[in-house]
Amino acid sequence: MKLTMAQKILQAHTDQEITAANQIVQCEVSLVLANDITAPLAIKSFTAMGADAVFDRDRVALVMDHFTPNKDIDSAEQVKFVREFAREKGVTHYYEGGDCGVEHALLPELGLVAPGDIVVGADSHTCTYGGLGAFATGMGSTDVGGAMALGATWFKVPPTIRVEFTGSLGEHVTGKDLILFLIGQIGVAGARYKALEFCGPVVDRLSVEARMTIANMAIEAGGKVGLFASDAKTLEYCRAHGRMGAVALAADPGAEYDRELSFDVTGMSPQVACPHLPENVRPVEELADLAVDQAVIGSCTNGRIEDLRAAAAVLRGHKVSSRVRCVVLPATPGIWKQALKEGLLETFMDAGCVVGPPTCGPCLGGHMGILAGGERAISTTNRNFKGRMGSLSSEVYLASPAVAAASAVTGLITHPGKL
Amino acid sequence: MNYAGKAHKVGDHIDTDAIIPARFLVTTDPGELGANCMEGLEPGWIKRVAQGDVLVAGENFGCGSSREHAPIALKGAGIPVVIAHSFARIFYRNGFNMGLILLEVGDDAARLHDGDELVVDVDAGRIENRTTGETIDCAPVPPFMKEILNKGGLVPYVKAKLAAA
Ligand code: SF4
Repeated sequence: MKLTMAQKILQAHTDQEITAANQIVQCEVSLVLANDITAPLAIKSFTAMGADAVFDRDRVALVMDHFTPNKDIDSAEQVKFVREFAREKGVTHYYEGGDCGVEHALLPELGLVAPGDIVVGADSHTCTYGGLGAFATGMGSTDVGGAMALGATWFKVPPTIRVEFTGSLGEHVTGKDLILFLIGQIGVAGARYKALEFCGPVVDRLSVEARMTIANMAIEAGGKVGLFASDAKTLEYCRAHGRMGAVALAADPGAEYDRELSFDVTGMSPQVACPHLPENVRPVEELADLAVDQAVIGSCTNGRIEDLRAAAAVLRGHKVSSRVRCVVLPATPGIWKQALKEGLLETFMDAGCVVGPPTCGPCLGGHMGILAGGERAISTTNRNFKGRMGSLSSEVYLASPAVAAASAVTGLITHPGKL
Repeated sequence: MNYAGKAHKVGDHIDTDAIIPARFLVTTDPGELGANCMEGLEPGWIKRVAQGDVLVAGENFGCGSSREHAPIALKGAGIPVVIAHSFARIFYRNGFNMGLILLEVGDDAARLHDGDELVVDVDAGRIENRTTGETIDCAPVPPFMKEILNKGGLVPYVKAKLAAA
């Protein structure tokens, strides 16, 4: 049988023969992940299962990224509970302090994910690693507790929607704009239970970081995974991040797809998702002149070095509007340090941005940039549900780093080309 | 595994808040959760259900949050099997993990009506509608997932697996 990317990766991790979509297979997993919100519950399930050791101390990652540095007593208690578990079980990849960053930016950077891996995480944006060609997906806490104990779990083989992008991207149009555009086209349930597989000349030209931005938001279309073939760029990324032995991986020619979509993106504008669903997508021009109170540049979607470079390029020589708080959160300490070296942090500070530590922070309305009632934010994050960044009457508009930066300068939603 | 019971039908896109509203999430006890099952859909809904009855649902059953309390509430209400047009992904996982049997039948869900007497053969993947005389075939539950169900869910399943190792 000719296999899609998703089928191929699952097949490599199971003894059962994959013969059709929707079949259920038992697979070994490469890495199991949980964060400061979900790990405590997963650990409770793990303990109830009577497990006393994790399946592999080098293949469990516990990343305390959501509320750290701990914002209050409750979050400190949660982290303490996980830290004690990590120490007791000898978990190698426990991150909390100066080595900690947003989980989905951190793990690829540490070389913990490679093409063909299966990663399960108690976090819905685990799908980010599809940008590297890994089958990575979010699950409930008991599932993740079980995977921590057994190193295996079950999957329903997803049907795949193949998405091809042709043509060429204009200036200031990025991976974020491509995924927002797609979600606008197929809707928040458009890929429910399915795998998305991205291809085409535009995708081939994208950097690995941009691919991760796209894969990150597969879940916003209801998808289980968002997959990219791994090519020379992927292998170079893996090598540069200390992951040796990565191999190129692609779907078999002639594999069977549930649906095939193709978009010519030539002439496409930067895209913005309006409240309160990621599918409410419009070209940036249509929202011009909508005032914003806050701009957030960061998160597992757009907090990587390329994103900071794009934002700094727009901000250089400009000042953030006196009406706007612009919060920049490099997603990992590695990215922070690189941005420091390149002078990007200085650019941000000269422009009047707040530069914070690597944390999820305001993305989920945790801390470091919460919105008051009636306030509006433009944000490079991935969800704009009601109240996601603070008050139930606040609003979040999702966009690329360049659009967020341009909007911070004018105080209005702005096409970066207009500055 | 065979189950016989009366069908209770609900609509499309029944979310986890309908199955068990957030105000009842102060416990994980199946009995307590079961007593409030579907409280978010219709107050007192549970009174019509007898032990062993079958829930029949439309599209995307269990959408919404990843709360594992939803399948626990259904099991606690005495419902061993849910037949649906389709399930939301995380609910589908959580269902099996909590020991609830889920059968996806697509458009055939429309051939099952409220009050129909059903016999469900999980091994064969067959639903016999004694009221209409019709039979619906669906994919049988795969062997190792049946193992999870036989053990009563993922926690006891992993527990047994670890004990045997
Ligand atoms: S940055 Fe936002 S979306 Fe990403 S893991 Fe953190 S809270 Fe979740």
